[in-house]
Amino acid sequence: MRQIFLKILCLFFFAYSSAQTIDISGNVQDTGGIPIPGVNILVKNTAKGAVTDFDGNFTVTGVEKGATLTFSYIGYITYEIVVANNTNLTITLEEDIAKLDEVVVIGYGTQTKKEITGAVSIVSSKTIEALKPTRIEQALQGQVAGVNITSQSGSPGGGTTISIRGVSTNGDNRPLILVDGNVIEDLSVLNPNDIESINILKDATAGIYGVRAANGVVLITTKTGRKEMPLSIEYSTYAGFQQTTREIPVLNATEYAVLVNEAYAAGGSEPPYSDLSILGKGTDWQAKVFQNAPIYNHNITFRGGGKKSTYAYSSSFITQDGIVGGSKSNFNRFTNDASYSLDFLENFKFISGVTLMRTNKKRLTENALGSVLFNALNIAPTFTVKDENGDYTIAEGLGNEVINPIAQTADTYNREKVIRLSGNAGLSYNFLDHFTALASIQFNYSEVSSKIFSPIVNYGSGKVFNKDRSEVFEGLDYYRDYTFDASLTYSNKINDVHNINVLIQTEVFKTTGEFTGARAYDIIGNTVENAFIEKAFSVEDINRALGRNPTYDARLLSYFARGQYDYKGKYLISGVIRRDGSTKFGPKNKFGYFPSGSIGWVASDEAFIANSKVINFLKIRGSYGILGNDRIGDYRYVSLLNGKGTYVFNDQLVFGSAIGGVANPEIRWEKQKTLDIGIDLRFLNNKIDITADYFKKRTEDLLVIPQVSGLLGSEAPGSGPPVINAGIVENKGFEFAIGYTENLTDNLKLSVKYNVTAIKNDVISVSADGGFLTGGSFGVGQDPPSRMEAGFPLGYFRGFKTNGVYQNQDQIDASATINDRVQPGDLVFVDLNNDGLIDDKDKTQIGNPIPDATMGLNISLDYKNFDFAAYAFATVGNEIVRNYERNQNLTNKGIYYLDRWTGEGTSNTSPRVTTGANSNTLFSDFYVEDGSFIRLQNVQLGYTFSDKAFKNSKISQLRLYVSASNIVTLTKYRGYDPTASSGDPIGGGIDQGFYPNPKTFLLGANVKF
Amino acid sequence: MKNLKLKTILIVLLLVVSCSDDFVNVDSKDKNSDDFFNSEAEYQEALVGAYELLQATYVNVMLGEIASDNTLCGGESATDVIGFQEIDDMIHTPDNSNLRDIWNWMYGGVNRANFILEFQDKTDFPNRNNVIGQAKFLRAYYYFELVKWFGDVPLAVDKRIQFGDQFSYDRTPKEQVYAQIEEDLIFAAANLPYTQPETGRVTKGAAQALLGKVYLYQDKFPEAATILEDVINNGPYDLATDTRTIEGFKIFSIFENDAENNIESVFEIQYTDKEGAGFDCLQCSEGNVAVGFNGIRNYTGPEFDSGFSFNVPTQDVVDEFEDGDDVRKNTAILDINAWAAQTGATYGIGYEHTGYFNRKYIARKGDLNTGDANLTNPNNYRAIRFADVLLMAAEAVNRGSISDTRALGYLNRVRRRAFGDMLHDVAFTGTNLTNAIYHERRVELVGEGHRFFDLVRTGQGTKIPGFTANKNEVFPVPLIEIQLAGNRWEQNPNY
Repeated sequence: MRQIFLKILCLFFFAYSSAQTIDISGNVQDTGGIPIPGVNILVKNTAKGAVTDFDGNFTVTGVEKGATLTFSYIGYITYEIVVANNTNLTITLEEDIAKLDEVVVIGYGTQTKKEITGAVSIVSSKTIEALKPTRIEQALQGQVAGVNITSQSGSPGGGTTISIRGVSTNGDNRPLILVDGNVIEDLSVLNPNDIESINILKDATAGIYGVRAANGVVLITTKTGRKEMPLSIEYSTYAGFQQTTREIPVLNATEYAVLVNEAYAAGGSEPPYSDLSILGKGTDWQAKVFQNAPIYNHNITFRGGGKKSTYAYSSSFITQDGIVGGSKSNFNRFTNDASYSLDFLENFKFISGVTLMRTNKKRLTENALGSVLFNALNIAPTFTVKDENGDYTIAEGLGNEVINPIAQTADTYNREKVIRLSGNAGLSYNFLDHFTALASIQFNYSEVSSKIFSPIVNYGSGKVFNKDRSEVFEGLDYYRDYTFDASLTYSNKINDVHNINVLIQTEVFKTTGEFTGARAYDIIGNTVENAFIEKAFSVEDINRALGRNPTYDARLLSYFARGQYDYKGKYLISGVIRRDGSTKFGPKNKFGYFPSGSIGWVASDEAFIANSKVINFLKIRGSYGILGNDRIGDYRYVSLLNGKGTYVFNDQLVFGSAIGGVANPEIRWEKQKTLDIGIDLRFLNNKIDITADYFKKRTEDLLVIPQVSGLLGSEAPGSGPPVINAGIVENKGFEFAIGYTENLTDNLKLSVKYNVTAIKNDVISVSADGGFLTGGSFGVGQDPPSRMEAGFPLGYFRGFKTNGVYQNQDQIDASATINDRVQPGDLVFVDLNNDGLIDDKDKTQIGNPIPDATMGLNISLDYKNFDFAAYAFATVGNEIVRNYERNQNLTNKGIYYLDRWTGEGTSNTSPRVTTGANSNTLFSDFYVEDGSFIRLQNVQLGYTFSDKAFKNSKISQLRLYVSASNIVTLTKYRGYDPTASSGDPIGGGIDQGFYPNPKTFLLGANVKF
Repeated sequence: MKNLKLKTILIVLLLVVSCSDDFVNVDSKDKNSDDFFNSEAEYQEALVGAYELLQATYVNVMLGEIASDNTLCGGESATDVIGFQEIDDMIHTPDNSNLRDIWNWMYGGVNRANFILEFQDKTDFPNRNNVIGQAKFLRAYYYFELVKWFGDVPLAVDKRIQFGDQFSYDRTPKEQVYAQIEEDLIFAAANLPYTQPETGRVTKGAAQALLGKVYLYQDKFPEAATILEDVINNGPYDLATDTRTIEGFKIFSIFENDAENNIESVFEIQYTDKEGAGFDCLQCSEGNVAVGFNGIRNYTGPEFDSGFSFNVPTQDVVDEFEDGDDVRKNTAILDINAWAAQTGATYGIGYEHTGYFNRKYIARKGDLNTGDANLTNPNNYRAIRFADVLLMAAEAVNRGSISDTRALGYLNRVRRRAFGDMLHDVAFTGTNLTNAIYHERRVELVGEGHRFFDLVRTGQGTKIPGFTANKNEVFPVPLIEIQLAGNRWEQNPNY
């Protein structure tokens, strides 16, 4: 680490000096010479002090000579100076690279980084600013060890799945996400620019969140103003465009026709294309479907504070079109965020915040049989987009599911609008020196209105997407929740060595919602302009038709206590006990207790290390606890009349009552026993920073929705199987993060960070069904390909192993075959159990959607006014199922079919083509591919104009930058995007025409006034 | 000072623990199933729920044909709905998801009917016996399907099977299940009127006809004869004779959508095109799913909509029609080549294409097809037609050696409607008459899902290609269902 340096320049000596006190003024700046506003200056052991103004200037009056001034500012090393004769000081604060005093939000409190005994990862606003994510999850991807992000879709506003330390349950794996203490389910509602920090609790210290902690906790803190801070205005903007990362190579028209003719001949029918010479390349459907799509963002922030108050306001707007469908998959978001705090008295304080935001989202059918990209890949290249009359070409004869994707896009009309109001307010009162009472309330209110218009369409005879009757759906859903908490904290330092902090708290959480929706038919003129419920016919109430209760009410009541103790900040121990009551469980199991504890030892404070020249900091820590998961539907412990009971009398629909999901009065929490042992190490003058953790999580009493006996009536409409506790899953893993920071010269700063996480997932037992649960889908009408089963990873792919292609009849005669239709050129399914039959018993693990390891690499380089950052992430060892091929006689195929089997010795990888019956489309490892990849996710180059350039203007800083995202992905995977996954624990990793994450190029500016 | 300190701490503590545990005792807005049946309206609502599963019997009807010698499975390819294909080829195993659907959906119906009957005495109201009669009929209908398909099945009476109970039910011998079915139908027949205020509801005639059928399935000929002749003599039913000519083909109107719930309809399962469903919940559709599945593949032309070309009639059943029986044949069988030649229609060739489609239940133009067009066809299923009652009565009085004269009368009544004259009357007795009745049942009822069970109950199963005697008379209980109920049940023989 560089020497802490300061420069005191004595610019003037005053001719006289006062006898007792003097006034001191000066300026505080960072090592780059840029003034730091808002630095706290305190005359030690007095109440006297000041705060630097906007230009970094300060004045402290009446300071005694010999007194000590301390200059402190978050993220900088506190500087102290003894007052001598100098009355005008220029103080340079050194950035605190180690940041051991950085305050970290840990859940119902804060600790310094040094004191933390849990596995907590932090993503700062700096990282977020650097990455320019449109969604916050993108700022976590590859940045934080143990956190894996997969995209459910690359479409604008598309969802992502966050999993912290592996997939621990077959149910809902989402972590608990709190924004300033306020629960949110969907991160797309947040403006990334408003975020001060994201802290991720990965181990048992999340146990303070009790029944909701098992999947980890993400704590997001938003930016606020600071006291004594003059108004600061920041404006940032960027604009750019997005494009697809790739097209999947498929056959052109001539290649396609050759293949089709061959297949027909092999199937014993007349080849349909007699003249191949006229076909040429045909239509490149993917080129027709993909487009360059614009993206714009504006953001303005006002922040400041007075002596007793702080305020902040920000507003942002982003709009993004899709690379598929353009404006038909547009997403836009408008946010307004305000915060205010006031100290009524020195010991009586008030904080508040309010957010109002609106999003609009349109989307096309994605990642499904019949999605736009699925159609673009499967439609024959011999079709044109439009016919000679200018109408969209009807794609006849490709099977019932494949239609003209351009027509499909044109016929899609939907939007979802979310308006959300969130707020929080809190009062804190300090009394009797050591006690703090705190009460706060957080609330969310959102309205989700959606509209879908389905016009009458005809895509060809027998197509399943044809509509004979136009239809409009309008829905308006309301969601409300509040969290109220009250706490009492005792904190004291006894004899300057014993630090004690005790918290007791109660918290109530209530979330309610109301759904309304109506569907109506026969839209006048079959046009979107007339697509309103009021103008349509045969209106039906959707909730009534489905027998659904249009409201819900779920609550949580919690009491908890936490004790923290440390001796000289060297030996640290803390323990939590929490009692949670949830409406999700029946009277027998409503309440649960969740204990957790952690210890830490700051070894570098011991004399034998403190003197070391090499090690700057060393902490060893461990935690253990029991965490809960209650993410199941409401009221699953009681048999309710919320099934679907509809019949027809007098030719009219009649709505009755029926029992809904099968009830299980015995359901209880899913329990996770979690252990973490970690080490934090800094050495070589804090240049190298290592964090390593070993963890083991054992999730018991898994909340499972299994198949159950049909005797229970669970397959009746609107019913369903019960939720039961059955199963154990274990995740063991290792996280390692290393950072290297070096100021190579005064002008050149380098920082490299790397993290890797290796996780082994094992299902220990499934005590439901025949010992396994199934999920996902492959092809049409085939068995679900994914399973959860003891002895295998959660959601592994199960199917036939193949061993090349049968080259001749002799090989077929010599082996077990699935049926007697097998011919040379067909895939060889391996008879694993050697019973002479190819059947279900020969199916085995042929893939695993969970990566063995994930990693991220960040490099940043600052040279003078230039800043450069690059970041890459990778996963290793996961598989993806290729399921975007319809495999019909006339559907198009991947270019790898050019290497198909056409006779003995021609190919041992791709099977023959035929229109005859064959079993090559059965789920086998032929359809499973290695999903490992490394992606260069972001490269950015910026230039900051120094303040000298703006001497005569109000601008204090201007940064311009160019940024490119998702630039290169190295992978063997043939599909669009190896980050594809529905995120389902059982059934994830199956690519059905995934909307790829776009490649994005941005040009942006940040201006400070 | 100390006092103040204590007070402050106490106040804060009070605030902290001010919430009682009652905060998390919240009842759902949905009614609790144990606290229902407080009024007639609530009984009626639950009854509608019990009717709903009748619509799921579309698959029973389809497979009753596909399993028989009347039709081939068809579809898109040899692997299209593999469970159907296996049943067609009589190579089905205990691992067959379509058989499991039948099991699950029929027990869904049983449970919903039993839910009402569990609480049948809770609240009294004037119309009670009518409601209970309908519920008992529905339970009988679902159990009869289960017995037909699987033989011995677990029997729950007047109580729901709740979670945990599934491990305590054994397979009840089918004689006992039949006894319960008979008891329910006798009650229903005694308590229901011949006509209900709403079409689609169960009537006395429906209960009697189903009871007759149940007797016939057990070879209880005298009982069957008595009850079926009661329907013939006292019921309000007759054969429908309306015909129409479409594109030059003359057909009977009875299977057209404008002729639903006609005079010949003794019991008819109601469907509508007003509410659909998706492939993930076929049993949820308010439309007749079988109709879209049976439809002509990739069809363009008049009169019909496209479908998935399942359940295609064989040449064998087409040849079963006698000369002169053209109107009935055209009603049942669509000869797509003749039709295309006449109308210029085009169509796709599916798997096992025979050139014929099941015209009684294929998709027609002109309906709303709300939701998924293939899953929301409004064609009602004529579950028990008066023609069926006549032929069952004929069979009962003939095979029960009660009166061949009456048997001939019933048989010829059906034939006269078909041929439109008396010239085709038959005059057999004894076994010849029995065979004539069997022949007549086949051509009269082709496409309506009865054939497989008619063959099995009369010992003619081996007429079905691939049929193994002493095995294929019943279908296997789905293996997974055996496992999920505690792995205690014996599988049906030879599966």
